[in-house]
Amino acid sequence: MSNIPAIELKNITKSFGSVIANNNINLSVFKGEILSILGENGSGKTTLMNMISGIYYPDSGHILINGEEVVIRSPKDAFDYKIGMIHQHFKLVDVFSATENIILGLNDSEKYNIKESSIKVKNLADKYGFDIDPDKKIYQMSVSEKQTVEILKVLYKGADILILDEPTAVLTPQETDKLFKVIRKMRDDGKSIIIITHKLHEVLSLSDRVSVLRKGEYIGTVKTSETNESELTEMMVGKKIELNIKREDPVDPTLRLEVKNLTCLDTEGVVKLNNVSFEVNSGEILGIAGIAGSGQRELLESIAGLQVLNEGEILYHNPKTGKIDNLRDKTPIQIRDLGVRLSFVPEDRLGMGLVGNMDIIDNMMLRSYKKGKSFFLNKKNPKQLAELIVEKLEVVTPGVSYPVRKLSGGNVQKVLVGREIASSPTLLMAAYPVRGLDINSSYMIYDLLNQQKESGVAVVFVGEDLDVLIELCDRIIVIGGGKITGVVNGKEATKEEIGYLMTKTD
Amino acid sequence: MRNKNQYKEPLIHITKKPSIEWWKAALIRAASIVFALILCAFFIVLVTDLNPFEVYGAMIKGTFGTERKVWVSLQNTAILLCISIAVTPAFKMKFWNLGAEGQVLAGGLCTAACMICLGDKMPTSLLFIVMIASSIIAGIIWAVIPAFFKSRWDTNETLFTLMMNYVAMQLTSYFIIIWENPKGSSHVGIINSSSRVGWMPTIFGQKYMLNIIIVFAITIIMFVYLKYSKQGYEISVVGESVNTAKYIGINVKKIIVRTAALSGAICGLAGFLLVSGTNHTITPSTAGGQGFTAVMVSWLAKFNPLMMILVSFLIVFLEKGSGEIASTFRLNESIADIMTGIILFCIIGCEFFLNYKINFRKKSKEVK
Repeated sequence: MSNIPAIELKNITKSFGSVIANNNINLSVFKGEILSILGENGSGKTTLMNMISGIYYPDSGHILINGEEVVIRSPKDAFDYKIGMIHQHFKLVDVFSATENIILGLNDSEKYNIKESSIKVKNLADKYGFDIDPDKKIYQMSVSEKQTVEILKVLYKGADILILDEPTAVLTPQETDKLFKVIRKMRDDGKSIIIITHKLHEVLSLSDRVSVLRKGEYIGTVKTSETNESELTEMMVGKKIELNIKREDPVDPTLRLEVKNLTCLDTEGVVKLNNVSFEVNSGEILGIAGIAGSGQRELLESIAGLQVLNEGEILYHNPKTGKIDNLRDKTPIQIRDLGVRLSFVPEDRLGMGLVGNMDIIDNMMLRSYKKGKSFFLNKKNPKQLAELIVEKLEVVTPGVSYPVRKLSGGNVQKVLVGREIASSPTLLMAAYPVRGLDINSSYMIYDLLNQQKESGVAVVFVGEDLDVLIELCDRIIVIGGGKITGVVNGKEATKEEIGYLMTKTD
Repeated sequence: MRNKNQYKEPLIHITKKPSIEWWKAALIRAASIVFALILCAFFIVLVTDLNPFEVYGAMIKGTFGTERKVWVSLQNTAILLCISIAVTPAFKMKFWNLGAEGQVLAGGLCTAACMICLGDKMPTSLLFIVMIASSIIAGIIWAVIPAFFKSRWDTNETLFTLMMNYVAMQLTSYFIIIWENPKGSSHVGIINSSSRVGWMPTIFGQKYMLNIIIVFAITIIMFVYLKYSKQGYEISVVGESVNTAKYIGINVKKIIVRTAALSGAICGLAGFLLVSGTNHTITPSTAGGQGFTAVMVSWLAKFNPLMMILVSFLIVFLEKGSGEIASTFRLNESIADIMTGIILFCIIGCEFFLNYKINFRKKSKEVK
């Protein structure tokens, strides 16, 4: 191993508007080394890698390749420096074969010879132990085969520095083992590998060194052989911050929702929820913590009647009638007709919760437009509701006839939460309700959730900021890879404990 | 080395405009028409040496020259408007119905069939009910087949509706051979030309009056339907975001089929108006490409039925006008087409200035 790093980053800073995504980051990777970059959602891992691969350009700082300062302005520049990135979302042409995808976009100084290329791909795959049929079409491939094609594409181009963005997120444990074997082989071949992840045990088993980022800041780099899970967790989540969100004790909690053994696969057959069971009581806020994409969305959508379940039951205890209804396989309309007053603030506000091109009044009607026998819409009540919400929640808008698409993120969320609360729910689910909101708007949302809790609503809160979850929620369930990895009490939980549970996957 | 990286502001760059006042938008649109006319004038002088004002005068004469011309223009506007109104609910739902041509023809074919086969077998009032009902049903069938496949298996409605056009055309050709009159002419000729059974009645002394009134009523109803009814609201929600529609519990499949059926029904009715109220015959080109022109009308009017009255009139005006200049000045038809092209290009092109702002690089920065 030489003393000059294959790639070195010095004081890299990148901001988007007022948000600093990366602040003075320093990193280095040597030849024949695997470096893990560890961090929570939004800690700036992907932004940093995008700067190395030429997708973003840093505001300040230097990038050195083999000790020489370089300028990377485009993915092509990055490729000229033999840097290759394997993105989380595959960028492949479905109807092309593996070989066709791999040679796509190469410089055509040589003749297009698919047979020769196919043999070259095969040899490359054999060298590193990939298992692939070069002539198979992408659409016939499994997720892990597609990933193999992505990696081969980069290797075929002759990359020496490989960046893998959460490569195991879509893989089964067996496929992950296979991938790790290949990665180790590449390391032994002298490649430098950067792997972005938030799974601690993978970090420990695979990498030589770990660099930790937290909220855009560089925390430090440690040798894997000299560290352990708890030290890494602490570096990743940081010390607890006091937020002063009020939390009253739940008053007279009674069982409102029982979720039993939920299992759900997506269209590709990947397990999204794996035997999930929990309960929600009235008058409490139940937090759901977890790395993004661990099954939170599927869980809430299952309860709201938007997911096809493979197994399990969702039992709603109606506080008025005392009846117990199973919400499984019911549409949102059927759930409403059962008298279940369920409100849901989805993660995708403008794509699901609201219609961006419609004005505030029309968006108010989404839930209630069907009421009454008339063929025509009643716009009077929605208008009053819109005016009320604008006034009470201090929505900044030129008027109620203004398209919500043009409002700022915080105001969009106020409109959505306002509407969902207006139907006086008995069960309120909110997914990342403060994502992208400023401090004041965030606190307003916390207050609204607390008011609902006090009036006896069962609140389910999916969040990403552990400090907030700990201060706001009465109980927190932690979900990892579609499974519940732990349930903690909000008053006693520590960030380290939750952080550890989040990254615990087996 | 660092200088190379410094960002240089480009000479012009384009940014999105926030919404603008309606009168500004109207002004920009008016300016675009004036600009188009000036552009056409240059073109006319350059290519033909004619006086552009005379040419424009001829265009107006082509549309309004005689009383008969006025009525024909109004009638053409009404049919185009009717088909435009028909495709609009589907388009608002982002269901790209390119099959208006076939749906109109299917409706017309049914009307013709009733006139030929049932003309002397039932009282006139009953005949009209059967004609209208069958033409509407034919239009619905032609539209619902692609919609059903889309809602079930997510097939591409653009291709499917387009293909249905050819089915309608071939079917019409087949029946024309059966009904041909006189034998061997391979034309149907004017149906019931002496008895006039199944012809739309003349009111207020004008044979097209009833057509125009019916289309006008449909236009108003569609405007109200889209804007104020619950079903219209559902169409907007499905068109804007299928995810939102599912989230609030709208049965998206049902809305797709129902809206396509509505679209097809009005197309079928347009076919009835063409055969019973206008041509009194059927040919494979009865729809005459208006199913496609209607797509443009609907888009230009931003799916607003009231705006479509103006737009479809403009299109008919351009058609009639260019026909007139072609014959008056013995010009090639192509020159009229080019003018139509220039005018439409300017009108559509001005949308750019409604949505975007052009920023020039500020001088002061360069000095620094």
